[in-house]
Amino acid sequence: MNFRGVFAIYKFEMARTQRTLLQTVVAPVISTSLYFVVFGSAIGAHIAEIQGVQYGAFIVPGLIMFTLLIQSISNASFGIFFPKFTGTIYEILSAPVSHLEIIIGYVGAAATKSTLVGLIILITSGIFVPLDIMHPVWMLVFLLLTAVTFSLFGFIIGIWADDFEKLQLVRLLIITPLAFLGGSFYSIDMLPDFWQNVTLFNPVLYLISGFRWSFYEIADIPIAISLGVISFFLASFVIITRWIFQTGYRLKN
Amino acid sequence: MSIIVSISKLSKTYASGFLALRNIDLDIRQGEILALLGPNGAGKTTLISIICGIVTPTSGSVRVADRDIITDYKRTRAMIGLVPQELTTETFETVMGSITFTRGLFGKSPDASYIEDVLRSLSLWEKRNSKIITLSGGMKRRLLIAKALSHEPRILFLDEPTAGVDVELRKDMWNLIRGLRDTGVTIILTTHYIEEAEEIADRVAFISQGEIIVVDDKVDLMRKLGRKRLVLELFEPLRFIPDSLSSYKMELKDGGRYMVYTYDVHSERKGITALMTDLGQAGIRYKDMTTEQSSLEDIFVDLVRRKS
Ligand SMILES: Nc1ncnc2c1ncn2[C@@H]1O[C@H](COP(=O)(O)OP(=O)(O)O)[C@@H](O)[C@H]1O
Ligand SMILES: [Mg+2]
Repeated sequence: MNFRGVFAIYKFEMARTQRTLLQTVVAPVISTSLYFVVFGSAIGAHIAEIQGVQYGAFIVPGLIMFTLLIQSISNASFGIFFPKFTGTIYEILSAPVSHLEIIIGYVGAAATKSTLVGLIILITSGIFVPLDIMHPVWMLVFLLLTAVTFSLFGFIIGIWADDFEKLQLVRLLIITPLAFLGGSFYSIDMLPDFWQNVTLFNPVLYLISGFRWSFYEIADIPIAISLGVISFFLASFVIITRWIFQTGYRLKN
Repeated sequence: MSIIVSISKLSKTYASGFLALRNIDLDIRQGEILALLGPNGAGKTTLISIICGIVTPTSGSVRVADRDIITDYKRTRAMIGLVPQELTTETFETVMGSITFTRGLFGKSPDASYIEDVLRSLSLWEKRNSKIITLSGGMKRRLLIAKALSHEPRILFLDEPTAGVDVELRKDMWNLIRGLRDTGVTIILTTHYIEEAEEIADRVAFISQGEIIVVDDKVDLMRKLGRKRLVLELFEPLRFIPDSLSSYKMELKDGGRYMVYTYDVHSERKGITALMTDLGQAGIRYKDMTTEQSSLEDIFVDLVRRKS
């Protein structure tokens, strides 16, 4: 294992974050605060409690998951897209690093970043609403598993995309709507039957539900199923990534 | 002399169906400077890219220090430094950050004094904390060289290193390359300038349309190929070349109005003076004279013709 090589990629990617520290840290703090002002206070005042949890507190897990998904995908996709775009990818391809090592470096860095952002949101939320996390270990498991899974997805998108538009496309057209409709801000119980059933096809629902369970022990979906769904995604993305490297798809001629 | 890179029956067909390399066989000797000489589109970059792991070969094999570049890629790539043809650099990183990254990527432990040496030898030390985006083209080229050297490669590939480079940097670069060769590094550079190959290489491999046409010692090759032509525009058209001039390799052109003398740049330069004297004695007068160096293209045409 070329640990130094993995670390070099990881460090390089993290350095990119440091240069945009303001954007990385301050932006989520501000947007989280806004969500609390708008959803928590303005709307929350009209919604009593959901399954015994105050509305402001209820949306915290969804809010974190929402940002985690978006951040994981953007960080990882940009991380690999950019060297492909500028041509500096030649260096990675000609270096003595294995496919696995390249993935650990890029996906590890992207997942670290988005996990940090998730934790920042968690802490910011604590300022607005009382938080009690019933299963902190499970919370971390969900946080990390989601960060890694969707960073891997972002990595795949970054390889697939051959222009900036495609890079944004998946995030804007698929992930953001799914995240919004995945129960970030409500329980699916609150939807009409028909839409409840439609929502069951939304993978993000399972992530948010599981994550929320680790906070308040309330869930739209049984926890085991949530875990199963995340694992299924992780496995699929691993298989796709393997295929990409084996065939050199959009990386090598 | 031992062989450090051994290429055998290597072919590459791109996804577009374009056959970029045809059955290449080439042995690169340890410690030599080999110039891959050929026109644009000949397949030089493709060949280098395959050896470095950037392009997948269609068939054939490459061994570096007797290890296969595919099954044993970690070891072979660790030995190789690559300076790409395009000026592809990061933008917002610093010079030092970029070069440290490369060294780490190749699995080497940090070595501040070695990195300092490399940066100094390329006049980049003062710029070590500058962002790459602020560097000039020439400095970026030097940075790419520094990056390739950062992990102490035993084999260095330079793909068209002098493209867009000024005379001074070119001279520095040649000195650096010779210095590296003296420490045992094998150097392979591509160029489409015959003068460049002549200046720096020990051996030259001609590549054209994906085929290696000839590989030879530079000195031998230049003797064989470095021809010049002297064209004389005559006052009076000649119908045939007089016997007194039959020892010169000459021909008449354009109804005898031009006399063309082809000579070797390296060994027959003195021949011209004698020719002038002999022309005078034969009573042949001329209005004008021009010399032409045979272009790379001429040489290629000549080589391809000779080959078939
Ligand atoms: N990715 C590619 N797909 C199709 N053809 C390519 C590709 N890359 C290079 N070629 C073609 O292969 C030939 C050799 O290219 P290259 O190796 O870059 O030549 P050189 O470096 O000698 O100028 C050229 O005709 C080029 O157009
Ligand atoms: Mg080229």
